[in-house]
Amino acid sequence: MHKLTLAQQAKALAAKQISSEELTRHYIDRIEAHDGQLNSFITVLAEQAIEQAKQADADRHQTSVLKGIPIALKDLFCSDGTATTCGSKMLDNFVAPYDATVVKKLKQAGVVTLGKTNMDEFAMGSSSESSFYGAVKNPWDTSRVPGGSSGGSAVAVAARLASASLGTDTGGSIRQPAALCGITGLKPTYGRVSRYGMIAYASSLDQGGPMAVTAEDCAYLLQTMAGHDDKDSTSVDLPVPDYVADLEQTVKGMRIGMPKEFFEQGLDSEIAAHIQHACEVLTSLGCEIKPISLPNAELAIAAYYVIAPAEASSNLSRYDGARYGYRCQNPRDLEDMYSRSRSEAFGEEVKRRIMVGTYALSAGYYDAYYIKAQKIRRLISQDYSQAFAEVDAVLSPTAPTTAFKINEKSDDPVTMYLSDIFTIGVNLAGLPGLSVPIGLQSGLPVGMQLVSNYFKEDVILRLAHQYQQQTSHHLQIPASFE
Amino acid sequence: MALTNDDVLYIAKLANLQLGDSQVYQYKRELTRILDFVEQMNSVNVDHVEPMAHPQEMMQPLRADVITEFNQRAKFQAIAPATQDGLYLVPKVIE
Repeated sequence: MHKLTLAQQAKALAAKQISSEELTRHYIDRIEAHDGQLNSFITVLAEQAIEQAKQADADRHQTSVLKGIPIALKDLFCSDGTATTCGSKMLDNFVAPYDATVVKKLKQAGVVTLGKTNMDEFAMGSSSESSFYGAVKNPWDTSRVPGGSSGGSAVAVAARLASASLGTDTGGSIRQPAALCGITGLKPTYGRVSRYGMIAYASSLDQGGPMAVTAEDCAYLLQTMAGHDDKDSTSVDLPVPDYVADLEQTVKGMRIGMPKEFFEQGLDSEIAAHIQHACEVLTSLGCEIKPISLPNAELAIAAYYVIAPAEASSNLSRYDGARYGYRCQNPRDLEDMYSRSRSEAFGEEVKRRIMVGTYALSAGYYDAYYIKAQKIRRLISQDYSQAFAEVDAVLSPTAPTTAFKINEKSDDPVTMYLSDIFTIGVNLAGLPGLSVPIGLQSGLPVGMQLVSNYFKEDVILRLAHQYQQQTSHHLQIPASFE
Repeated sequence: MALTNDDVLYIAKLANLQLGDSQVYQYKRELTRILDFVEQMNSVNVDHVEPMAHPQEMMQPLRADVITEFNQRAKFQAIAPATQDGLYLVPKVIE
């Protein structure tokens, strides 16, 4: 059952060939058997999931395609009555008192929640090593990282411990782990999906999205997740197109740009060769591939590591030990309670980013760092606007390397930051981006990123779907988890 | 941009974080490394560029001024570190 895609499972459920309870129990058994070595879940909601599955089975006549499909949620989506930790000691004892809007929408569609997945603490990381609950392991090689920050969500899908999952992406946190784990992951346009109930990291960059085996599966999930929400004033009030119906439209004549800056210097030659093969497939489908330029692309990481920490330093000021979350023992006074609770409960990378952000926003440095970064953000956004005057999508590798070894980059934060060179500009501009598996290099997955214009998720989903009709990279399962 | 120990302690104070002596040294090294890295931003002239705070340059939408939330104090306080009589307890502020 776990070798079927979400779309195939949905058909089998609708035809009553399988029941949601069978499917859910099958995944729970797989989680029990395999997750000990992967650490992709923080919380498994076995009993609740089986209850939800039984309800879905009892109520089959209702029509959502997703009804009875078991998925996993990154542990920063609030889900009413369940632990929501954000991978942090700070929220180890936090039980969310409400549902995130996307969680609510998926529940209404009859989706089964298998559990909450492991992640870099407060979504700050590219390797899923910084979780309070320990590092997540890549199922293709458990001595390697799965990418991050949505590493647990990527691993749960890659090892077929869930039909699909939700992640969030602030600088690449859906796309990069999707690439490193060999699955398909979509970061929607900023504002396409409500952020209400997603624990905030950098509010002008964060966006939730689906992670699944195929682009078609992502389209089904996005269909349900997308749309305006009164509770998130940055969610845009635009109609949600029929992403699934659109998948079968032709891609003939689509123009795809390859930014020369991403291919110029030092790109791993094997990754370049995989991209070349993928381009040949797209060309055979009638796409036209042409070089483009994103002249300010290399400044994206620098601008991001000012803007995201600045927003984080403000967002994370709410963790003060007063109303929820961790409180230190025997505080001397109020100041001591605030600062000791924060110091004891935040991990190293979170503290680093809070301090960088605090510095960038402090008197005397605000213009030199924060305003300058926002100006560069505009340049990067303008580069993409110019590109989309000429092309329908922008193509690049998702990540500069395949999965690296656990602890390989954890000593030097800046080296870790460079993992997101191809993904970060997309967040700064607020565009939709998707990662799709395009093959294995020495047994490790390689991903290709496709980026489209604002609210044109249909374009990259269709391209990825049509590519997946011609290839089978996305169907490969790591040998130990078949 | 080399930070001093005093800079690091000042930033930590603004961020409401307490640092031990060895941590001051560690963060001084790491924050300096990060700030040196972001110096690349100076390689381009942005004098005439408008800052971009947000991907959508939209107005804040308005809604009717009606109550949309109901009182869930007991539920919210159930996850608080310390409460009494519907109030959050914190260390004494005024003697």
